[in-house]
Amino acid sequence: MVGANNKPEETDQPEVMIEVSVWRGDAEAGGFRTYHVPSRQSQTVLDIVTYIQRNLDPELTYRFACRVGMCGSCGMTVNGKPRWTCRTHASQVISNGKLTIEPLRNMTKVKDLAVDMTPFFDKWVEAKGAFVPTKTRHDEIEAIKPDSKERRAADAAVECINCGVCYSACDVVAWKPDYLGPAAINRSWTLVNDPRDGAQAERLKVLASDAGCSNCHSHQSCATYCPNLLNPTRSIAGVKRRVMVAALKGEV
Amino acid sequence: MIRPHRNHPLWFAFIVHRLSGLALVIFLPMHFYVLGMALTNVDQLDSFLQWSNNPVSKAAEFGLVFLLAVHLFGGLRLLVLENFDWRDWQKSLAAASAGLAFVVAGGFLLNVV
Ligand code: SF4
Ligand code: SF4
Ligand code: FES
Repeated sequence: MVGANNKPEETDQPEVMIEVSVWRGDAEAGGFRTYHVPSRQSQTVLDIVTYIQRNLDPELTYRFACRVGMCGSCGMTVNGKPRWTCRTHASQVISNGKLTIEPLRNMTKVKDLAVDMTPFFDKWVEAKGAFVPTKTRHDEIEAIKPDSKERRAADAAVECINCGVCYSACDVVAWKPDYLGPAAINRSWTLVNDPRDGAQAERLKVLASDAGCSNCHSHQSCATYCPNLLNPTRSIAGVKRRVMVAALKGEV
Repeated sequence: MIRPHRNHPLWFAFIVHRLSGLALVIFLPMHFYVLGMALTNVDQLDSFLQWSNNPVSKAAEFGLVFLLAVHLFGGLRLLVLENFDWRDWQKSLAAASAGLAFVVAGGFLLNVV
């Protein structure tokens, strides 16, 4: 039981401890440091990292904001797999009483568990992930039928929280750092399906480029680990079909 | 060692497809070289065929037919994935490709022994 001050209530049971190896360092060098953290009910991986910083090692650097799976800032590699840590229960991932926590892969380390996500977001811009309006506020609002094929395709892909988990899971990003990656192409796919958008031709050109959709090997690691249960592989497959049609018409 | 983030069936399907493709690339030139002997060196071809009639070669042939079949069915799986509406049973498709490849290679083995 946990008391009001988040300290365990007095019991005769010895406290169960978790052995946590946390990666400490920066872009140049680093290694694992081990901490012992008391196990708590309903404890998340982010709770464990926070416990370490508040009680054991105030210099530990990590990133979080919402703690409820909305902001996408708490991504880390937990026991070798990319995860959102605020919604990952420790009990689901602890193996033999141990936990390993590292920064996300495929992004430059800044310090400890914080990575530089700038290239990840730059690729969203590069993939033309911003909506380009074709009307002004004085025009009629364009009606989009909720059950149209395009609207349903966009709906299925739109709930991305920009956490970078898929990007970190993708081997192609590791092998070819220029690759736009699953999240950026997934975002573009929602706009490819938006009949109101005015940048379709330019967007398809980027998606067809050397950094674009043809890099994807469809091995679905992105879809396996996306915490919001999105499926970037499906979106990329859709992009590939659009690019193929555009190529046959000589448009890209 | 398989790194933890790769430890899922569809990544295995990917690596099987990639490795079987590479193995076939290495095998095919040898295959055509041996076939070419039918035109250039019939005696050598006959003695090679006799030599290859041993259990180890038969097992290797099973392996080759499996590689060919798993690459073929895996390739069809990818064509379906990329060119048709998405199916949520991707893991079943990958398992079916591997299963079919076993059936084809097993059938081949039963035929030759
Ligand atoms: S399916 Fe494509 S985008 Fe997703 S992890 Fe694999 S290569 Fe990367
Ligand atoms: S697609 Fe999923 S894993 Fe990738 S950034 Fe968006 S929410 Fe995160
Ligand atoms: S802290 Fe916001 S998603 Fe985890």
